[in-house]
Amino acid sequence: MSAPSYTQARPPAGSGALLIVSAVGAFLAILGAGLSQDPIFRLQAETIALAGVIAAFVLNAGLSGGTLVEHPDRYSDNVIKAGVIATMFWAAAGLLVGVLIAAQLSWPTIFYFPEAGWLNFGRLRPLHTSAVIFAFGGNALIATSFWVVQRTCKAKLAGGIAPWFVFWGYQLFIVLAATGYLMGATQSKEYAEPEWYTDLWLTIVWVAYLLVFLGTIWKRKEPHIYVANWFYLAFIVTIALLHLVNNAAIPVGLLNHKSYGVFSGVQDALVQWWYGHNAVGFFLTAGFLAMMYYFVPKRVERPVYSYRLSIVHFWALIFIYIWAGPHHLHYTALPQWAQTLGMTFSIMLWMPSWGGMINGLMTLSGAWDKLRTDPVVRMMVVSIAFYGMSTFEGPVMSIRAVNALSHYTDWTIGHVHSGALGWVGFISFGAVYCLVPWLWKKKDMYSTKLIEWHFWIATTGILLYIAAMWVSGIMEGLMWRAYTPQGFLAYSFIETVSAKHIENVIRAVGGLMYLSGALIMIVNIWKTIASPSAEPADETAAPATAIA
Amino acid sequence: MSLWKQHAKLERHSLLLVVGILLVVSIGGLVEIAPLFWLQGTIEKVQGVRPYTPLELNGRDIYVREGCYLCHSQMIRPLRDEVERYGHYSLAAESMYDHPFQWGSKRTGPDLARVGGKYSDAWHRDHLIDPRSVVPESVMPPYKFLAEKDLDYRDIVDRMKVLRTEGVPYTADELTNAKKDLEAQADPYSTDAVALRGRYGAKVVNRDFDGDPDRITEMDALVAYLQMLGTQVDFKSYKAQAPENQR
Repeated sequence: MSAPSYTQARPPAGSGALLIVSAVGAFLAILGAGLSQDPIFRLQAETIALAGVIAAFVLNAGLSGGTLVEHPDRYSDNVIKAGVIATMFWAAAGLLVGVLIAAQLSWPTIFYFPEAGWLNFGRLRPLHTSAVIFAFGGNALIATSFWVVQRTCKAKLAGGIAPWFVFWGYQLFIVLAATGYLMGATQSKEYAEPEWYTDLWLTIVWVAYLLVFLGTIWKRKEPHIYVANWFYLAFIVTIALLHLVNNAAIPVGLLNHKSYGVFSGVQDALVQWWYGHNAVGFFLTAGFLAMMYYFVPKRVERPVYSYRLSIVHFWALIFIYIWAGPHHLHYTALPQWAQTLGMTFSIMLWMPSWGGMINGLMTLSGAWDKLRTDPVVRMMVVSIAFYGMSTFEGPVMSIRAVNALSHYTDWTIGHVHSGALGWVGFISFGAVYCLVPWLWKKKDMYSTKLIEWHFWIATTGILLYIAAMWVSGIMEGLMWRAYTPQGFLAYSFIETVSAKHIENVIRAVGGLMYLSGALIMIVNIWKTIASPSAEPADETAAPATAIA
Repeated sequence: MSLWKQHAKLERHSLLLVVGILLVVSIGGLVEIAPLFWLQGTIEKVQGVRPYTPLELNGRDIYVREGCYLCHSQMIRPLRDEVERYGHYSLAAESMYDHPFQWGSKRTGPDLARVGGKYSDAWHRDHLIDPRSVVPESVMPPYKFLAEKDLDYRDIVDRMKVLRTEGVPYTADELTNAKKDLEAQADPYSTDAVALRGRYGAKVVNRDFDGDPDRITEMDALVAYLQMLGTQVDFKSYKAQAPENQR
């Protein structure tokens, strides 16, 4: 390493261009806000303007003050630090909204406010799902992918300032989507609620993300692309495809927040569930499998169990997942041949899903004792177990006869949460517990005991949540179809609503416990960062790539 | 085995890998979704399905804005209990002009595909303002603000134009008279209601949906939409067993 030389201290490539783009963007947004007659569009444009002004101001200060400097000999870890903090911030926010809407369903007279319609369930529920999936999950994926791609390629992130653009651009997407929902800007397509301008913005950010990721792979010093990166690539590329098709829409005006999607009725339904199910398949599965393929072998210091299994289950998983969407539309007006195809592939999907589970779990061969000593390993193993459980439950629910009972009920909600809280949440928490000491150069997390507390409170919370939803979902499904001996429907609809009260309360308690676990984790991370630094960690430590 | 060696190529060329991924993930969508756009049998041939009137369209947009679909489905399945509880199972034709579809995936509240005409306007208004005033065990949020907010329909023509571009058969006549039609439908004494029915059909009713005769509120629009849901197709003449309706 050469001594630091001031003549070589340059800002990251593209900083000046980004400054100009931010300033121009802010100007255009102010113009749009001023010209629009639509109050929702005006507020959203003002948000964009504010973001542009702040970005331009910060970039300008960094460039003129000389604080914005590229270090070509170091990994880009600051953007990952920011990503870890954002991950935990949005986890707390998203889970909190989840607890709030669970409380609304349990105690509607206390948690609804007639004077504040923007806090109604219909506006908060997309806020909860987007905050958890896209804000918490998305930030976890971006941050870990930036770490993994650099370490497994032994190359610094490509694109100069671009990784920071991806990070902050993604936060702007989240803020636009979230504030939009509260004001009523929504397409009302599940998990694709953001309106057209927010979708366009995400497209730009996502292309930048793909280019940063690919650019880093192109600079790699390892001939092989590590298996985790295949999964990250599949996630990034396929989400782009799904996003573009499902959100195809024509705005009512260029200064109007409202748009109408180009598809209608039955075609719209299948496009939506092609998107919706593969948001699960590629955002919530492929991306987090990538996390598993790096952080589990790293943490337990064992090679990935089977290289061939990873190849087979990778291609099988991404091929079969795409077909599974129609199982969301059983017994609907979707033609039956499409429903049958969807069901068939959903059942086949069980196998590649368990291929991933087996590969993850068996990586612990010879290191099972860590389950007892290391709560982070335990968290990741339980996460893989939840993955196995929910990828078995999913195919069962996709069988038409089972779906006749489970569809429209809380059983679906429980199924989603065993995947989201158990699999996605725990594998992300595990990865963050690994990353924090590595990033901030500490020996370990501040407190292992707090990790134990987090693990047990959150695990109990998940079990309460999904057990309550199994009971209430199957109960309401059976009540809807129950007949009296005389041949009349046995229950009015509202009787099935009031019958679920206890389960709703248990669900809210379970959610609150899961949130508490995340808050404990935030305290632990805070204390870790604030603690005095250990020996500088080995910068070039190679991850477990040799076996891939 | 040589197949594993072949795979090593993909592991060394990122663009090959990206192309491989794109090919593999495209197949399922192409096979399942694309035929829905050209297979004739996808949507049944039925009488009576028409585009929304301007007031109903604005009401539907409020339904979309408030995220009603998160708790209410609009898709009755052909199961004995559902047909007895909600009415004839839903046809694809009934949502052919719906951008976006609102079939929903969850029934925290009941299905609304055929709620039109089941309750009075006054019931809907009371229920939306305070759901627990008419259904004590309800967990639905209150929508008092809809009755207090004037309907903003300045861009109704633009909205209908976009929908026409996307295939909803609005006529030039309907676009020209959009605002007049909207105001006529919310006024029980309107003289323009005859023309409104001439454009959208004899079943269209003009009423003071929100019980406030002085203004057109968001409540007017939403109740107008709810009251027409599922009422378009005449199921006395619809032949479910006819070959053209078998899918």
